[in-house]
Amino acid sequence: MNLNFLEFEQPIAELEAKIEELRYVSNDAEINISEEISRLQEKSKTLTASIFANLSPWQISQLARHPLRPYTLDYAQRIFTDFDELHGDRVFADDQAIVGGVARLDGKPVMIIGQQKGRDTNEKVRRNFGMPRPEGYRKALRLMQMAERFKLPILTFIDTPGAYPGIDAEERGQSEAIARNLYVMAQLKTPIICTVIGEGGSGGALAIGVGDRIAMLQYSTYSVISPEGCSSILWKSAKNAADAAEAMGITSKRLKELNLIDKIITEPLGGAHRDIDAMAKNIRNFLVESIEIFERTALDKLLEQRYERIMQYGNFTGD
Amino acid sequence: MSWLTKLIPSKIRTESSTKKVPEGLWSKCTNCNAVLYRAELERNLDVCPKCGHHMRLSGRRRLEMFLDDEPRVEIAPQLEPIDALKFRDLKKYKDRLNAAQKSTHEKDALVSIMGQVKKIPVVAAAFDFKFMGGSMGSVVGEKFVRSVNACIEHNIPLICFSASGGARMQEALFSLMQMAKTSAALTKLQKRGIPFVSVMTDPTMGGVSASLAMLGDINIAEPKALIGFAGPRVIEQTVRQTLPEGFQRSEFLLEHGAIDMIVDRRQMRDKIASVLSMLTHQPTP
Repeated sequence: MNLNFLEFEQPIAELEAKIEELRYVSNDAEINISEEISRLQEKSKTLTASIFANLSPWQISQLARHPLRPYTLDYAQRIFTDFDELHGDRVFADDQAIVGGVARLDGKPVMIIGQQKGRDTNEKVRRNFGMPRPEGYRKALRLMQMAERFKLPILTFIDTPGAYPGIDAEERGQSEAIARNLYVMAQLKTPIICTVIGEGGSGGALAIGVGDRIAMLQYSTYSVISPEGCSSILWKSAKNAADAAEAMGITSKRLKELNLIDKIITEPLGGAHRDIDAMAKNIRNFLVESIEIFERTALDKLLEQRYERIMQYGNFTGD
Repeated sequence: MSWLTKLIPSKIRTESSTKKVPEGLWSKCTNCNAVLYRAELERNLDVCPKCGHHMRLSGRRRLEMFLDDEPRVEIAPQLEPIDALKFRDLKKYKDRLNAAQKSTHEKDALVSIMGQVKKIPVVAAAFDFKFMGGSMGSVVGEKFVRSVNACIEHNIPLICFSASGGARMQEALFSLMQMAKTSAALTKLQKRGIPFVSVMTDPTMGGVSASLAMLGDINIAEPKALIGFAGPRVIEQTVRQTLPEGFQRSEFLLEHGAIDMIVDRRQMRDKIASVLSMLTHQPTP
């Protein structure tokens, strides 16, 4: 089994392996099998397209956490220039599960903030698997308030299993750190554009997710609790994660239908990790277009719209 | 009859045929197991007279004991939840709602009343933990916002007693967004210089703790309440170590600087009235 492919992608993996094998053969043999290779490549494409046309919410949530999935810094590199990472909350520490700093988008200065997961074991530990502690949220807050002072639009990239559930995190006020960000972001006097690039895990995601335009990559997820967590609480067993994923409606498509997000950013065939450059280009287009809209919007209007939008969340009767 | 029961003298073997004690006359302290005379316990605001344990209260009873008898106007009592997602786990969300409404006689997990505390006009809201674990869904969020709006309209302070396990999973992302909604509403109070007192009672966890509950101008907790972001079991499973004694209890939060004070329920009215009178430049109540 190829670990770079998920379970439901295995038929694609097998085909790809076959193509690789043929390539290897064709390198040192006179027989021309390039025709066969291109036939197989075509077949692989169709197979991928057909598998990806009918993904279940549970499969999508696996894709959102795919080991090869691009993270915030992968996009930062490709979308921005002059990125200067800024560190620390000025109080306690520099939480590497959240990265942020100033950069240029199309020449214009912006503030970028995002959760960051690690690629190899060492980095995973250093980044705490993308689960921020209070100092991470407070660093984000500091950078956001700086962005407000210097009139920089804020671009956030959401990708976290959730805020870190640890003893130290509770000691330093995880709840307060998240609450404070929600409170400040609701009234921050600069445009905020949020993009869910992988896992949008609960309050830990929302703490950098209150803004004027919310987008999700096609195969990212956003939910109040992980499917596994929901399953173990409501089904009293960890085995119903797929049911939980279905019931909660965690996919970009469902959340767009429910009007909880503004935009779905299309992913390349097979997911963002199959063509990071193409993915970065799509995100970039969305960001450039969003900033242009907000440049034409007066600041009080922007804040009023943001507030109204937040107030509209919810379903109830009795009025 | 087994050989063991035969050995027990017949006088002891009578529990099945005892005379019935009227239901609800006595209750047991959930902490020290002391048997308490119900009427006395109620006079003591459901604080155990033996060990001082603060028992959980329904939202309505909480406000009943906190506010002056008159005047009282309930805010948005007509709001009712709807199951927009047709959510179903082992049970349907709809059935869970019906069951909770029947057992609590409330429409959802937050009750809010405009009234007075020691003659100071206020809006006071309280969570009902018995209603699906006090979980915050759309109705809780909306009622909280309307409570804030009532405060702004009448220029009076807001007090909220939290008791909640967090966001309501059955409303999925809508419930997560209530964190943003309640927090955003509080910014309006700040702009008007209207005080918000947050009282955290046992338990205040997850999405409620990480939004409105931590945003008080004054954060108060009842003694020994469990307050935190992640649940103790989740933390234990993540860090694989036993949690320190008293972890995530009010006293722990006070020590770590998350709350201003711990107030005994029996002093709550006096304490909040006193603080509010100072923040609003009124004479001592």
